[in-house]
Amino acid sequence: MPGQSATALRKQTAALPPTTQILSWGRYPKTAHAKVHRPAWNDQVPEILQTAAPDSLLPYGLGRSYGDSCLNAGRELIDCKRLNRILGFDELSGMLRCEGGVSLSDIIDVFLPKGWFLPVTPGTRFVTVGGAIANDVHGKNHHCAGTFGSHVRQIALHRSSDGLVACSSNENADMLRATIGGLGLTGVIAWADIQLKRVAGPWIDADLVPFQSLSSFLDLSRESDGRFEYTVAWLDCFSGKNLRGIFFRGNHAANSGKEFHSKRGPKMPFALPAWMLNRYSVKAFNNTYYRLHARKTGATVLPYDSFFYPLDSIRQWNLLYGKRGFLQYQCVIPETNLAAVVELLDRIARSGMGSFLGVLKQFGSAPSAGMLSFPRPGLTIALDFAMRGERTLQLMQSLDEIVKQSGGALYPAKDARMSPALFEASFPRWRSFVPYIDPKMSSSFWRRVTGAH
Amino acid sequence: MKKIVILGATSGIAVEVERVLARQGNELLLVGRSVQRLAELQADLLIRGAKSVATYAADLASIQQHAVVFDFVRRILPGYDTVLLAYGSMRDQKESETSVDVLLDELQVNFVSATAILTLVAADLEQRRTGCIAAITSVAGDRGRRSNYIYGSAKGALSLFLQGLRSRLHPAGVRVITIKPGPVQTSMTDPMPNSARFADPEQVARDIVRALERRSPDVLYTPRIWRYIMSGVRQIPETIFKRLSF
Repeated sequence: MPGQSATALRKQTAALPPTTQILSWGRYPKTAHAKVHRPAWNDQVPEILQTAAPDSLLPYGLGRSYGDSCLNAGRELIDCKRLNRILGFDELSGMLRCEGGVSLSDIIDVFLPKGWFLPVTPGTRFVTVGGAIANDVHGKNHHCAGTFGSHVRQIALHRSSDGLVACSSNENADMLRATIGGLGLTGVIAWADIQLKRVAGPWIDADLVPFQSLSSFLDLSRESDGRFEYTVAWLDCFSGKNLRGIFFRGNHAANSGKEFHSKRGPKMPFALPAWMLNRYSVKAFNNTYYRLHARKTGATVLPYDSFFYPLDSIRQWNLLYGKRGFLQYQCVIPETNLAAVVELLDRIARSGMGSFLGVLKQFGSAPSAGMLSFPRPGLTIALDFAMRGERTLQLMQSLDEIVKQSGGALYPAKDARMSPALFEASFPRWRSFVPYIDPKMSSSFWRRVTGAH
Repeated sequence: MKKIVILGATSGIAVEVERVLARQGNELLLVGRSVQRLAELQADLLIRGAKSVATYAADLASIQQHAVVFDFVRRILPGYDTVLLAYGSMRDQKESETSVDVLLDELQVNFVSATAILTLVAADLEQRRTGCIAAITSVAGDRGRRSNYIYGSAKGALSLFLQGLRSRLHPAGVRVITIKPGPVQTSMTDPMPNSARFADPEQVARDIVRALERRSPDVLYTPRIWRYIMSGVRQIPETIFKRLSF
C-alpha cells in the first residue's frame, strides 16, 4: 500500500486547489492542506472559526505530534505559533497565564532564571502549551506529578458557536476535561493558567544505572519512585529477551552556584539517505550507547537540558530517518501482563527493524486529567521505526495484537496508523467525548480512527 | 539601557523587535491602533524583562492625531533616544492598480503619514542633538516591479526621504537608519505565494536591534543576503527589466 500510495498521494495533491504541505514530526503521512490560517492575535480567531465550513479546521502548534493527530489532510489548519504572549505571572504562587502558542522552551527561558520550572515536561521543549494540553503530555515525573493537564487550572477556549468560553474546575469543568487530551478538537485555546514549580536552579542531580532484565528494571523503578522525582529508561531494542538498558533518575539539584550556559546544538541539514540507517548501523549505535553510559554510571550533576531534552540538541533530528520519515510506536501495557512486554520487545528485536530510541517508563497511578488522556497505570514503551513501507506497517500491526490482548493502549500523539478497533480498545469511552467536539473541528487522526466525516 | 518609541508596535516585525528590546531591559513606548493588542503586548514585554512599557492607541495613518501622539511621547518618555517606525500596509497589487482610493490609502499609510510623524520627531531630536531614527522600508522600494510597484514606490519614496533626513540630521549627531527587509513571514505577507520560505521575523528583529546598537550601517538589508541580491537587481538594464514578470 505505501509504495502505491506515494504515487496516489502525488496525484491527489496535484488535483487539490493551492495547497500547503505541513508535516508532523514523523514526516509520515505526507499531507497537503487546503489552507493554513496564521492568526497573530487572539481577536482574529473568532472570525476564522465563524467563517469556516463544518469539520474543516484543526489548531496546529509546533508540529511535534508524530503521526496525523496534528494534521487535517485536504482541509484547513490554524497555525497558533504567533499566539505566543505571556499574559500574566504571579511571582508568589508561580501561576502563569499565557496564550496557547507559547512554547515550553520559551517558558523555561523566561522563568527558569526566576527560579520556576515546568510542572511536567515531555522529552522535547519545542511544543506549545496548547499542544501539551491537547495531548495531555507526560514526562519523567509522571509517577509524582501526573500529566501536564493536571497542572492546568483554567483555560479560555475559542468555540465557533459560544465565543470565548472560560473552563476550570468550577466552571465548564467537563469542557476542561474534554480539552485536556482532546487533540485540539474542542476549540482553539486562547490562553491557559499553568501552575509552575519552584526549583533551586538549572541543575539536576542525576544517577545512571545499567540493567539487564525486565525484572531488574522494575526493581529499579519501584525502588526509585519514592526517592527520585524523575525516572526513565533507555532501552536497547535489539536486545530482545536479554533485555538491557540504562536507567536514568534524578532530582532538581540545590543551587550549586555553578554558572550555566545553554548550548545551541547542530542542525540536521537534510534528510539522511535511507540506507545509512540499517540493522547493523543501529545495532552498533545501540551497543556503543550502552557501553558509554554503562561506563559512567553513578551520580552526576547534569544541566537540565541534557537531562530532559537530549534529542533537542540536534535540531530536526527527525531528518535522520530519511525522506520517507518514521513512525513511533508508544503503548502502555498493564503491569499484570508483563509477559506481553517481553513478547513485544522480542518481536521487535527479531524483526531487526527497531531503532535507537527505545524508551521505557513506569507510569504512576494518579488518574489523568482528561477524558481521552493516554497515561494510565502500567509500563509505557516508545520505539521509533524508520518508514520502510509495508513491512514496517505489518510489524506494527503485529505489535497492535499484543497490546490489545494485554488490555493496553496506544498513544494518539504518536500514531499514524492504528485501526479503529485498537482505538476503541484503547479509549473505550471516546463516544462520551464526541459532544464536546467543536462542530468546525476535525483531524486526519479523528476521521481515521472513528470514521467521522 | 535605552528609551525606545515604536510606531506601529503591533506589526509582525515590531513585536519581535520589542521582545529582543524587552529582554535587554529597555524602556518602551508602544503606539498602535488596538487598545486590546497593546495591553497584551505590554503584559508580555514586562514579564520578559522590559524596565517599563507605556502604550498609546492611535491610528498613525491619520495625520491629525500626530500632535497628540507626539505630545504623549514627550510627556511619558522624556529623553527618549530611539524612534522606530514599523508600520506599513501592503494591499493586493491589482486592487491598488484599479482603485485610486486604495492607491491613495497605500501612499498615505506607507509614505505620507510616515514622513509627517518623522518630521515632528526629527525637529525634536535635532534640537536635542542626540538620538536615532529608524524606519522599516522594503527591498521592494529598490526597484519598481510589475507585481508590487504601488507598495514598492511608497516604500522607495520613504527610503529617499530617510536618505535626505540622514544628511540633514548628520551635523546634529542624530542617526537615521533605513531598514530594508526582504520578504518576512508576517501577517502582511501571508497571502503571498511561497510565504513559508520567507525570512524568520526573529532573525530580522535581531538584525534590527543590532543595527540600533551600533554606529553603522546607515542602510540595513535583512537578511543580509538581500544587500547582494538587490545590488544585482538594480544593475539589470531597464529594457530587460520591463520584460520581467516578477
